[in-house]
Amino acid sequence: MVFELNPHDRKYTKEHEWVKIENGIATMGITDYAQHALTDIVFVELPEIGKHAQQFKAFAVLESVKSVSDVYAPVSGEIIEVNSSLPDAPEKINNDAFGIGWIAKIKVKDEKELDNLMSAHEYDEYLKKSSH
Amino acid sequence: MGLKTPLLENHKKLGATIVDFGGWDMPVQYTNVIEEHNATRNACGLFDICHMGEIFVEGEQAFDLLQKVTSRDISKIKNGKIALAVMCNEKGGIIDDLTIYKFNGKKFMLVVNASNEIPDFEWCKKIAKHEKFHVKVTNSSREFAKLDIQGPNSKKILQQITDFDLNELSFYTFKEGNLIGFPGIISQSGYTGELGYEIYFPWNAASEVWDKLLELGKEDGIKPIGLGARDTLRLECAMNLYGHEMDENKTPLEARYAWVCDFEKDFIGKEAILAQKEKGVPSKLVGFEMVDRGIARNPYKVFKNGEEIGYVTSGTMSPTLKKALGLSYIKSEHASVGEEIEIQIRDKLCMAKIVKLPFYKKTDGV
Repeated sequence: MVFELNPHDRKYTKEHEWVKIENGIATMGITDYAQHALTDIVFVELPEIGKHAQQFKAFAVLESVKSVSDVYAPVSGEIIEVNSSLPDAPEKINNDAFGIGWIAKIKVKDEKELDNLMSAHEYDEYLKKSSH
Repeated sequence: MGLKTPLLENHKKLGATIVDFGGWDMPVQYTNVIEEHNATRNACGLFDICHMGEIFVEGEQAFDLLQKVTSRDISKIKNGKIALAVMCNEKGGIIDDLTIYKFNGKKFMLVVNASNEIPDFEWCKKIAKHEKFHVKVTNSSREFAKLDIQGPNSKKILQQITDFDLNELSFYTFKEGNLIGFPGIISQSGYTGELGYEIYFPWNAASEVWDKLLELGKEDGIKPIGLGARDTLRLECAMNLYGHEMDENKTPLEARYAWVCDFEKDFIGKEAILAQKEKGVPSKLVGFEMVDRGIARNPYKVFKNGEEIGYVTSGTMSPTLKKALGLSYIKSEHASVGEEIEIQIRDKLCMAKIVKLPFYKKTDGV
């Protein structure tokens, strides 16, 4: 299967989330690989604004017709914004996982946590390995 | 590694995701569930159902055995007709639901759920032996391939490989015929609520027939369909799935299967079922639609005024109706249409309401 190229301007988790840091704010979503694996996303449960996300802890839920999947926070920090268009249009994640299908913005608490994440290149390698 | 249908390699070539289903390696989806669901409603879907069981009951007392073990009055089924029925234990609990194909009074085919094939077969043999019936019970499940071809274009596509006129079949009837030269049994029936057929033919011919149907049906929009869409298609029509809507702890009265029971005749479980009717049925299977946002799934709990009153047996986002809906067992006193209930989804109680079944019915007739 051919997936959209994993962009180099962001970092990745083993659970297939991406995170992009700008001025101390982390925008996050799931990767194109993940949306392919989930297929038709029909329900999104967003995290609550103002709550504190903890790195690698579940903080949102995506559901396809068939299954329920947790979304994990790629970094710790306060949730300052969510993509409130998603509950009415969950297919945005399928259509553009790296763009308009973003899920939440987190105010990064500790930039050192980014060292726990993979680069685009490392994530490519990780996908190759896990597909065997 | 599970049991394999003769089509596993075909599914893999088509890019299917393979999962375990009752011990079988089965395709859950090829592309995605919604696409496959809609293809079946609007054009044609082809399903590998080789995992299901075919049990033949033949001989002088084949009729007597089926009168005893199934809920239907076999004398009311005409030759060449099918009937949906249940097999119950002495307590009235459902051992399985099945379709009975009546060739004549001395020959029947039972089509049973994959996970119950062995228990059903053993049960029939046990009762036959106990009653000293002159009957031969044969498990032919690995001799027969079974495909379901369902949807508005199914007749046109299947006709191209069938040696008799499919117009001769009406709903829930069957005929023997040839499928690209292979001897087969063809019935107008299915598990989707659409016009459709179930076909049975030699196990080893599965790949050839499967490929032929996909090739001939291309122009008419045929698509291979996985178990994911099979589940959403049947759920929209409120058709039961064994292990979800019923098991040995539920009676036909609870499982909306009273209509497949003929209480004019005797069958195993009848007395217990009638006793339950007398005493009051503790729970009922109902349909619900979510009022709050959320998808209720098996086995989420159902509440009313803080009291736990039941659980969800199946739930999904309906691809046709685009609503979150499902089936649920509810204590009888709360099981009326229009009643508001709450379903616990993760840590939240979400409002739902009980609605009339089925959720979906084809309007132009099946």
